[in-house]
Parts: sequence; structure tokens; C-alpha cells
Amino acid sequence: MLAPGGRRRRGRALAVAGGALLAAALAGVAVGAVGLPFGGVVSSLLAHVGVHVGTPLPPVEDAILVQWRLPRVVLSALVGGVLALAGASYQGVFRNPLADPYLLGAAAGAGLGATVMIGWGPTQLGPLGTVPAAAFVGSLTGVGLAYALGSVASRQGGGSATLLLAGVAVSSFLTAGQSLAQQAHAEDLRQIYSWIMGQLGTAQWSDVVLVLPYMAVSVTVLLVSGPVLDVLAVGDDEAATLGVRPRRVRLVVLLAASLGTASAVAVSGLIGFVGLVVPHVVRRLAGASYRTVLPVSLVGGAAFLVLADLVARTALAPAELPIGVVTAFVGAPFFAALLRAGGGRAR
Amino acid sequence: MLARTRSSRQALRALLVTLALTATAACGSSSSGGAAPSSPSPAASTTASSPSADAFPATVTADNGPVTVAARPKAIVSLSPTLTDMLFELGAGSQVKAVDALSDVPKEAPRTTLSGFQPNAEAIAGYAPDLVVVSYDIGGLVSALGKLKVPVLLLGAPRTIADSYTQELALGRATGHVAEAQRVADATRAQIAEAVASVPKGAAPGRVYHEVDQTYYSVTSATFIGDLYRQFGLVNIADSAPQAAGGYPKLSAEFVVKAAPTLIVLADEGCCHQTAATVAARPAFATIPAVATHRVLAVDDDTASRWGPSLGVFADKIAVILTAAR
Repeated sequence: MLAPGGRRRRGRALAVAGGALLAAALAGVAVGAVGLPFGGVVSSLLAHVGVHVGTPLPPVEDAILVQWRLPRVVLSALVGGVLALAGASYQGVFRNPLADPYLLGAAAGAGLGATVMIGWGPTQLGPLGTVPAAAFVGSLTGVGLAYALGSVASRQGGGSATLLLAGVAVSSFLTAGQSLAQQAHAEDLRQIYSWIMGQLGTAQWSDVVLVLPYMAVSVTVLLVSGPVLDVLAVGDDEAATLGVRPRRVRLVVLLAASLGTASAVAVSGLIGFVGLVVPHVVRRLAGASYRTVLPVSLVGGAAFLVLADLVARTALAPAELPIGVVTAFVGAPFFAALLRAGGGRAR
Repeated sequence: MLARTRSSRQALRALLVTLALTATAACGSSSSGGAAPSSPSPAASTTASSPSADAFPATVTADNGPVTVAARPKAIVSLSPTLTDMLFELGAGSQVKAVDALSDVPKEAPRTTLSGFQPNAEAIAGYAPDLVVVSYDIGGLVSALGKLKVPVLLLGAPRTIADSYTQELALGRATGHVAEAQRVADATRAQIAEAVASVPKGAAPGRVYHEVDQTYYSVTSATFIGDLYRQFGLVNIADSAPQAAGGYPKLSAEFVVKAAPTLIVLADEGCCHQTAATVAARPAFATIPAVATHRVLAVDDDTASRWGPSLGVFADKIAVILTAAR
């Protein structure tokens, strides 16, 4: 159980993150490449839920709002939230601050899957349908390979460090495969590049519907593992004496986190930085207990990516920047400032 | 962490390649005549229709500066589909020894596994070329071949169609086909002019959206494709993008819907299976005038990415869809 002080702190952190998400979402819906009057946006949104006040937007603008901008904001929130939550979980499982959702081959596998599909994909299906599927399968395959290799190796001793090394080996191998595939299809370089840099620009409601079930499962499992991760933080042997089975916990959390990561990657490509840094920011501001870090990372990650996407689509409007560039460009200085402000405090 | 580093390094490499492509394209225009179509370029100025115009040694100006070809080349290697097409059109086909894997026009071009995107100087040298023509200087290829004393003409994607004629004349001078090169350039110019003239002038200028892929990459008027649309008097919706976004900005669905183009050209039929039907099925796209009046033109990726003689065919297709009664 959290101490009453800790619970209050978590409540406050959640409220702040929730407020940030709400503000980011409102800004994200109101601002875009096409200027829409704020009053009209609000009236239109209300009209869609059956409340008729003010003058809603004309049909074309309404379609822009509801069919393009809204799903994009929702998908950004889902992807950002899940990546940050998965990153926090990975950091907990491995007790390693450098862990992120792409650590065990999820990114490399997804990259290979997407590249192969872009290069050799079936012609009767649009890439919008086949590339996400290939990335999803590739992502899970990458993590599966790393886990299998890690388990075999750790039987000869090792533990979580062995799994990390297995992840590194599998990632390198799959990345090499991706480079090879890319070399064979150099004419698709721009498409592959654009996928690797991450994209939310083609988000539609169908994408949201597609990933929501997987993400819901992942988020539920991860959120309830917070207390166990706190126990695991004291070390495998100590955790075992407290009744936690480290291997099983690690497997379940990794499975759930990887499922979430794979769904995020499938619809958005490789968006770096969110999964690594958001949990650290949360830890600095709200404390290190996973019962706090996990839910606040979920909400904070959502707010961060919605905001990053807003920058990506307005900084050079009507042109767009790759979302991966923005997350690092905006996030890195912020994180650096935070590290500086944190000064001597340990992670 | 290493995994991340790996993937970002990979992204970086892809980025560098993209930058190289952009830089080459930019140099292409600046050194081969700039944006002023009427100014005689250095390459064009060396050409005269007297027999001595084909004399060697010949010096032509390419994106990599003045290049001297000592004797009429007999073993040309082309790493650019556009330049391959130009070489055969202007009658230098029999002098071409090897072309890259993507040079599929004309059919009789001696296709090899050479790549213009990941060029291998040693493999190119293996063909003992006396002239190499490329559109992208990737991995220091031009200087590597220069060390082997092989003359290299770097002729990248131009920013105007006039620049592409200049490239044709440079190729003609370097291969000993000045008069034919002039004829090919004149024929393309005439074909485009005829296509433009065949379209009745409407009250208001049309608006065009050119789709490079379904993530809304487009082209501005600062590209040879954009120049073609400008010749048709079309307003390019991508021109609203700030210059910082480059000649190939990435737009968004909401912007395209709002911009309400009257003509949509899909250059992503081959790569990405986009057709008039898939575009019409996108949310809110049915409201776009081009979709409502069936003015959605799907061209194969090659037509819209090559700046050689095939531009005339592209112009004809645009004229047909603009003229068709709806």
C-alpha cells in the first residue's frame, strides 16, 4: 500500500497530467493546417453528441474536424500513452533506466516487417492495410525471438541482463535484415524512410478501432502490475522471498508491453523518445513508485505526443514535419533542463 | 539502447540519402540555367548546328561543373532512368554499354544490376566506361570515378522543364549528337505547348494537387513537375507550404480537402496502389471538386518522376483529363 502522502502525490500527479492531456487535446482539435473558428469547432463537436448550441461548422469543415483531426488527436494520445507506459514497464522489469519499448527488437522487427511489405507487398492490398499488419507481426516476432534466445541463455545463468543482451543481438540481426531489404528496393527508400520517421498524418477512425482492443489489454495488464514492479525493484532474490516470481512477472509484463508497443508501431511507425523519456520525467516530478509512474506515464505520454503532433503539423503548415523529429527536438531540451534542475538527485 | 541507436542510425542514413537527393536537385537547377528558362545555359551555348558542333574534345557544363569528354564516347554507363531515356532518344543508344537496374525505357537498353541509389564505383569501372552519367552523387561517386579518370556528368532532377532541355543538349554535346538533341528538346517543347494550347481556358484557373504518396507528399512549383502544371496555368496547392518545407513538402489530408483541388494527379498508383476509387473513399474526399468531376489522373510512378522526353506524354495526359467534358 502507498503511504497516504504517496497516494496524495499520485492523485496530484494524475490530475496535472490529466489537465495537460485535456489542454493538449483541445489545442490539437482546435488548431491545424486549416483554420477553423474555435466556436464552430466546439458547436460541431457538441452537435455530434446531441447537444445543439451555437453555429456548427459547414459540412466540409465539419468533415475535416471529425474525420481527420479528431482521430489523429485520439490516435496520438493512444500511441503516446501506450509507448510511455510500455517504456516505464520495461524500465521496471529490467531495473534499467535506459530501457525503452524498442529494446527487445520491437522496433527492428517492425522495421523489417514494414520494409519487406513496402518492397514486396501484395499488389491487391493498399500498404495502409498491409504495412501495419507486417509491422505488428514483425514487432512481436522480434520480441519473441529475443525472449526465446534470452530464456535459453539464462538457463546457463544470467537473469534479466541476459535478456537485454539477447534483445541487442536480435535487434542488430533484424536491423541488418531490414538494411538488406532496403538495399534491394532502393526505389522505395522515401517510403521506408517516411515510415521509420513515424507518421500520424494518415490517422483515421479505422486505425483507432484497429489498435484499441490490443492497447486496452496491454494497458490493463500493465496498470495492475505496478505493485509487483515495485517489489521487483528490490532485486530478483529479495522479490522471491516476498512471494513474487520474477521470471513469471517479467514474462507477463513484457508480453503486455510488447503487445502495446506493436500496436502503436503498426499505426504510427517508429516514434522515438516518448517511451524512454516520459517515464523519467514522471519519476522526477511524481516519485519512483511504479504505482504512480505507470498511470501518470500513460496520461503524460498521451499529452506529450498530442502536443508533439500539434507542433509537427503546424510549425511549417500546411507542410508537416516528421513526428519523430519533433518528439526528439522538443523532448530532448526539456529533458535536459529537467536533468539540470534535478541536479544531484539520483534517478 | 543499442537497438534504438541502430534504428536512429539507420534513419539518419536514410535522411542523408534524402538530403543528398535534394541537394543534387537544387544544384542541378542552379548550375544548369537556374529558374530563368530563357537564359542560355553554358551547355546550350556550346551547341551550334554546324558539323563542327560534334567535334571532340567537348566540354559541357553539368551539375558537377565543366566536364571534358576527350573523344566520342563508345562505352557510356547510365545510372539514371531519365538520362538513359534521353541518350536513346537523341541517338546515342549504340554508344551505351550499361544502364542501371531501374532504366526500363527503352526496352533495348542494356540493363544491368548497377544501382543509381547505392552505386558501386568499382562495379561501374568494371564496364570500362569512357563516360558515366548519373542523376545523384551518392557516396562520393563522382569524385571516386574522377580518380579513375572517367568523365562523369552529374545531371540531377531539374527545377524547370527548360533545365531538362539544357540537360538534353549537354548530353548531345558530350556524345556527339548535338543536332539530334536539339530536335528531341524541340519536339518535347512543341508537344507540351500543343497540349497546353488544346485546353480551353476556363474562367478561373484550376487548382492541382499532385500526390507523390498516400502520406500526402506533394510537389511545389519549384520542381519540373510543378513547372509543367504552371505551364497549364494551374495553381499548385502545395505552393502554400513555406519554402523551408522544400520542393517536396508533406501536406495533410485536411489541407487537401480544404484546398479543394480541381485536378488530382496520383503519382502513387504503382508504389502504393492509389486510384481514383481509393482517393474517393478517403473520408471527406468526396467533397473535393476533382473527385466529384472525375478529374483524378493516375499516372505511373515513372511518368511523374522522369524529366526526359516522357514529359510530353505526361502533358498529353493532363490535357486529356482537363479537356474531357464532365
